[in-house]
Amino acid sequence: MIDEGRALFVQIAESVEDSIVNGSLAEDSRAPSTNELAAFYRINPATAAKGVNMLVDKGVLVKRRGIGMFVAVGAREQLRAERRAAFAARFIQPLLAEARTLGLSPDDLAALVREQASTQNSATRNSEGDAR
Amino acid sequence: MTVVEVTDLVKRYKDTAALDGVSLSLQENVIYGLLGRNGAGKTTLMSMLTAQNFPTSGGVRVFGENPYENARVLGRICFVRESQRYPDDARPSHAFRMASMFFPNWSQELADRLVADFRLPMKTRIKKLSRGQLSAVGVIIGLASRAELTFFDEPYLGLDAVARQIFYDRLLADYTEHPRTVVLSSHLIDEVADLIERVIVIDRGRILLDDETDAVRGRAATIVGDVDAVAAFTAGREVIHRESLGRVTSATVLGELDAADRAHLAASGLEVGSVSLQQLIVRLTQHEFEPVTEGARR
Repeated sequence: MIDEGRALFVQIAESVEDSIVNGSLAEDSRAPSTNELAAFYRINPATAAKGVNMLVDKGVLVKRRGIGMFVAVGAREQLRAERRAAFAARFIQPLLAEARTLGLSPDDLAALVREQASTQNSATRNSEGDAR
Repeated sequence: MTVVEVTDLVKRYKDTAALDGVSLSLQENVIYGLLGRNGAGKTTLMSMLTAQNFPTSGGVRVFGENPYENARVLGRICFVRESQRYPDDARPSHAFRMASMFFPNWSQELADRLVADFRLPMKTRIKKLSRGQLSAVGVIIGLASRAELTFFDEPYLGLDAVARQIFYDRLLADYTEHPRTVVLSSHLIDEVADLIERVIVIDRGRILLDDETDAVRGRAATIVGDVDAVAAFTAGREVIHRESLGRVTSATVLGELDAADRAHLAASGLEVGSVSLQQLIVRLTQHEFEPVTEGARR
């Protein structure tokens, strides 16, 4: 789970962000504490604190005196916007680079994306039908 | 607050220098990793900080005082040696009773829990214990002493993977509740990388690296791809390791990669791999193969 080559506190912050983006950590709910994060990931508490502070500086978490850390209202949309902005560099560019080496044009790629999306949709529908 | 201050410490045995001008300071409530190869000077340094050995020259201050024969200072220090000797007929229960009298913050409750965790036989003579059980005795004393400054010198010898995990977990948990300064000397760098806040690498009696662990991660990267493209990218950078397989070269470069570097790498079809703390330290302390360098060496 931990990538040894990247700063640990950034990865801890990202793991909390993931939970906020996918909705498992709701806005205005209590966020995991530094000590909880340290125990769960088996890391130094100072490192976990650095990750949490980074999220406080970003406005994703807010400190409530005496109660703990909470997910800021609007944090989910803030993070989604941030990730949408980074989406092209993070996912599309490597995709295009690999497509180029395989001789796939951007149009071929677009067609592939559409094809995959539709089979995935029908697969989801089928499995929902099975469940019923 | 500074707990330990070492200035220009030298320890000479006949014509070999075990420590060759070491200066460092240790701060309160930080877990340090003291890393380096066998014979690098780790144990010598720790025995000097705990007043069990005299320096040839240089100064050691612990809690602001000279530690030598200084009971005020030594009661606040616990040094778990890799090969700690005990009296011939001593049993673990005796060792723990001695420790409880010596260390003012001793927690019998924690000691009892650790004895159960490590399944340590209390009535067997220490002499008859297995290597792992002997290590467990040291680990239990080190943790339960709750000394303000605790040194563990390769505490894991003979401990199996389960027992080592117990040690790391208990260390973190107890440190969280009772913060203190811990120095952990280890060869199992990947195992302790996430526990240590700062890393000190000692090599041939000198400090090679003294920095935040998180800052060290990401300080090196491995660039993989076509030999010419790799050579073009690594020109003027410090390359600490290089391997080739046909036309594919893998080069480990020092220095953080910025956005422009990453764009360049992506455009040249080069892959970037991360380098773990252990890999980085192995590369930095590997002398048999001196680093291949483009441009000036530091």
